[in-house]
Amino acid sequence: MNVSLDLILAQMMLGLSAGVFYAMLSLGLAIIFGLLNVINFAHGALYMLGAFVALIGHSYIGPWLGYEDFQLGFWPALIVAPLLVGCFGMLLERTMLRRLYQFDHIYGLLLTFGIALMLQGFFTNYFNVSGTPYGGQPESLNGIVNLGFMYFPKFRLFAIVMSIVVCFLTWFVIERTRLGAVLRAGVENPKLVQAFGINVPLMVTLTFGFGVALAALAGVLAAPIYSVSPLMGANLIIVVFAVVVIGGMGSIMGAIVTGLTLGLIQGLTKAIYPPAANTVIFFIMVIVLLVRPAGLFGKE
Amino acid sequence: MNRIFWVLLIGLGLAAPFLIYPVFAMKLLCFALFACAFNLLLGYVGLLSFGHAAFFGGAAYITGHVVKVWGFPPLAGILTGTLFALVLGAIFGKLAIRRQGIYFAMITLALAQIIYFLSLQLEFTGGENGLQGIPRGQLFGVIDLSQPLAMYYTVFAIFMIGFLIIYRAIHSPFGQVLTAIRENEPRAISLGYNVDRFKLMAFILSATLAGTAGATKAIVFQFASLTDVHWPMSGEVVLMTLLGGMGTLFGPVVGATAIVAMYNELSAMGSWINVIIGGIFVVCVLTFRRGIVGELARLLRSRS
Amino acid sequence: MRKLLLAATCGFTMTLAGAASAQDQALSNDYVKIGVLGDMSGVYATGFSGPGAVGAVKMAVDDFGGSVLGQPIRVISADHQNKPDVASATAREWIDQERVDMITDLTNSAVGLAVQSLASDKGVITMNTGAATTQLTNEACTKYGIHYGYDTYALPVGTATAIVKNGGKKWFFITADYAFGHSLQKNTTEVVESLGGEVVGSVAAPLGTNDFASYLLQAKASGAEVIALANAGQDTVNSVKQADSFGIVQGGQQLAGMLVLISDVKSLGQEVAKGLQFTSAWYWNYDDESREWAKRYMERTGAAPTFPHAALYSATTAYLNAVKAAGTDDADAVRAQLNEMTIDDFFAKGGDIRPDGLLVHDMYLLKVKEASASKGEWDVAGVARVIPGEQAYPPLSESTCAHIDQ
Repeated sequence: MNVSLDLILAQMMLGLSAGVFYAMLSLGLAIIFGLLNVINFAHGALYMLGAFVALIGHSYIGPWLGYEDFQLGFWPALIVAPLLVGCFGMLLERTMLRRLYQFDHIYGLLLTFGIALMLQGFFTNYFNVSGTPYGGQPESLNGIVNLGFMYFPKFRLFAIVMSIVVCFLTWFVIERTRLGAVLRAGVENPKLVQAFGINVPLMVTLTFGFGVALAALAGVLAAPIYSVSPLMGANLIIVVFAVVVIGGMGSIMGAIVTGLTLGLIQGLTKAIYPPAANTVIFFIMVIVLLVRPAGLFGKE
Repeated sequence: MNRIFWVLLIGLGLAAPFLIYPVFAMKLLCFALFACAFNLLLGYVGLLSFGHAAFFGGAAYITGHVVKVWGFPPLAGILTGTLFALVLGAIFGKLAIRRQGIYFAMITLALAQIIYFLSLQLEFTGGENGLQGIPRGQLFGVIDLSQPLAMYYTVFAIFMIGFLIIYRAIHSPFGQVLTAIRENEPRAISLGYNVDRFKLMAFILSATLAGTAGATKAIVFQFASLTDVHWPMSGEVVLMTLLGGMGTLFGPVVGATAIVAMYNELSAMGSWINVIIGGIFVVCVLTFRRGIVGELARLLRSRS
Repeated sequence: MRKLLLAATCGFTMTLAGAASAQDQALSNDYVKIGVLGDMSGVYATGFSGPGAVGAVKMAVDDFGGSVLGQPIRVISADHQNKPDVASATAREWIDQERVDMITDLTNSAVGLAVQSLASDKGVITMNTGAATTQLTNEACTKYGIHYGYDTYALPVGTATAIVKNGGKKWFFITADYAFGHSLQKNTTEVVESLGGEVVGSVAAPLGTNDFASYLLQAKASGAEVIALANAGQDTVNSVKQADSFGIVQGGQQLAGMLVLISDVKSLGQEVAKGLQFTSAWYWNYDDESREWAKRYMERTGAAPTFPHAALYSATTAYLNAVKAAGTDDADAVRAQLNEMTIDDFFAKGGDIRPDGLLVHDMYLLKVKEASASKGEWDVAGVARVIPGEQAYPPLSESTCAHIDQ
């Protein structure tokens, strides 16, 4: 085999840039699952929605409103998209998901699957499935950085750093602050927490909103890298599911570490044996299932 | 009520090619069998598989290959495809039943994705081109299946056989145990049943018949493609079962008919159809969990 | 339900034999129906298919007068979503139920192959303007299948020759992983090697890939001088853009788009695409006849016509002329007529449809202009060379098509 070290490093950098998206999405899934016991199949669609908020905000909303010059830039979109999509998520939780908590968990999965189909179908009507380029990448992040072993787009580097920071901030809040302590207590024993005077249903709604907002944030970060397409989340969510099965649902850190690691492994595979790059994560999942059915960080 | 359904099923089944476009009727039967096979698992064992496209589409590829390249006659081709689904079902089942509920769904989904990527990359499937031009061939060497009627009644016979197998399985002691597991797994365990074994058996049977459906579809359409093996197909069969009524014998047939007919009638709406399909999913889950047949049965029962 | 009731009243009267022979009935004679089966929402929806394709066919029908032999001409269209199974099922239903007489567009080679073989089995003419693989008129050729406009043999004749002669000898391919890409890679390789170049590697990327970065890195690591993009539509646009963001061209490698449309140049921007050479079956700004037609097309659809759209207009017109000349829409008679005719219009100069179904006509090597040199929005390229039909396409004697007697 004749693979240069440069190529391996370069592909691993790309793997890392995919891995941060796995990490952000599986982190959101894990937080939601922890409190609601729901696997949110619409997570990919909400990631897509985040990217579309950025795209529409930048290129379409101005003309629609009659202000040709108005553009929602990338930086405001980083705030606006998670807020909007988070609110949308909370609406979904309040009006629909809430009614299913008393039933089997698979109904939550099916409901969110239906929501995902609706969102994808809706956007497919108006946007080409092969993607619309996002033109709002800020000037300051244009250009290329020479990493020694490769040229790397500045923006991707920014996306990697930003995602990792967001992931660890989330971890810190949940594991190291009072707010997080209440949240964790709510997972363990909702009735007791309620008895302490904490509004658990509201906490559930906000948590869902936060998990969804993370997905939307990832979507905004993805918009300049990949073109924005109605199916961008559908293809990603299944990989993220495998990531979640590998990591186990138990821990926040588990979700982050597994996401990043699997991105790196995928990059490595692309350098060494490209045809296996699509399947390597699923094969790892099979092995983990055989050895540790609860997942690497899971507890049963 | 079941008697009415039997009469309707057989009567309409026999008359269908004179009433509607035969190819459409055949498509309908293939999906109805697929949904019935799926229902065996979801409705009677309570296991939600999100990977049944792997059996449906995988069997289609195998059938297509042995018929087109190795020159198998059509029935032998369908049997080979079915056998493949059986083996694949045993492997998937063995891995997936280690976990339950949502995990089970995610694991089957991920496993099916492996089959999808293999189908994309392996040489014999034709990748994005699909496996084209599968000959319909001759049944028993005499009946020319390129005739729409001959093909239709062959498909109908295959459907009925599959349907009767499922009927027998549900109404046997085996089926009783499955229902017992669905209702209360710990009790079934304490009664001394090897629950995992029963689940695995049901999984394999479900996968096998899903394979039969896919294999038959490959012969009808002379095509095996990525659509049949990709995850939206897994989602579609869940919806058919859910809409028709999971855990009812005829529900999946009704559900499959409704969905296939809807795709056909609304094809001019472009992607709005996916919004509608998603909307039906949402409505079913929120307010209509028994499905069409389930609600119908409840109405009749409450009247009498 | 409506259908069901209607059918129930008359369905039972139909005899078994009658239904069985339904397939053999002659095509309906109270109208001529043309089906446009294309990619309406995906990778190829902008330049190859999409609304622009339907618009071109309808324009041809309108220009023809809306009727032929006293029968109205109808146009139906559908989206095949780049799925050959969907295309095949749609075509089957069109032929069985809608009684279409001719199916056109068929962008995406996998689709083209599937529908051409199905339609010919059922005795229906296809005029393929979108798909590129040479298989359509070689090993997969059929009696009623016509390949109208361009193919993967003709594309590299202009582009690859020009690049190798300019010194680009070591090639690496990023190939769309289906019939089209592989066909284009094979034909391009032949041209490159015949001129003394070499191919140092290739990688296959799925249709509709949105991240070409890892493939581009492989191409970069290969040390090739030329990175050939054996893909099309949005795939080409994405790969060129991402190559730009990873500094591939700054690193000293050259990109070669093997199938580029002016709509792709437009979405890349002339700044990124300047100097790019590509082969085209037609260019709107080539002569007065083309400009005149393009102007009318643009008034109807709002965008400048790409060559597949012009080919669709030309093919539809040719088909209708053949129906008129044959005095029937019977597929055999029309196919024979198409063989006889010379296609000489704004699109194909001195074009000839051969027995293997291939339309042979002149091709053009275009070069993207500097933005400052453009006169008008769509004036993005200039014609660098006209490639005569007999150079752009191989002689009939080299066709591996089985049904032509030689």
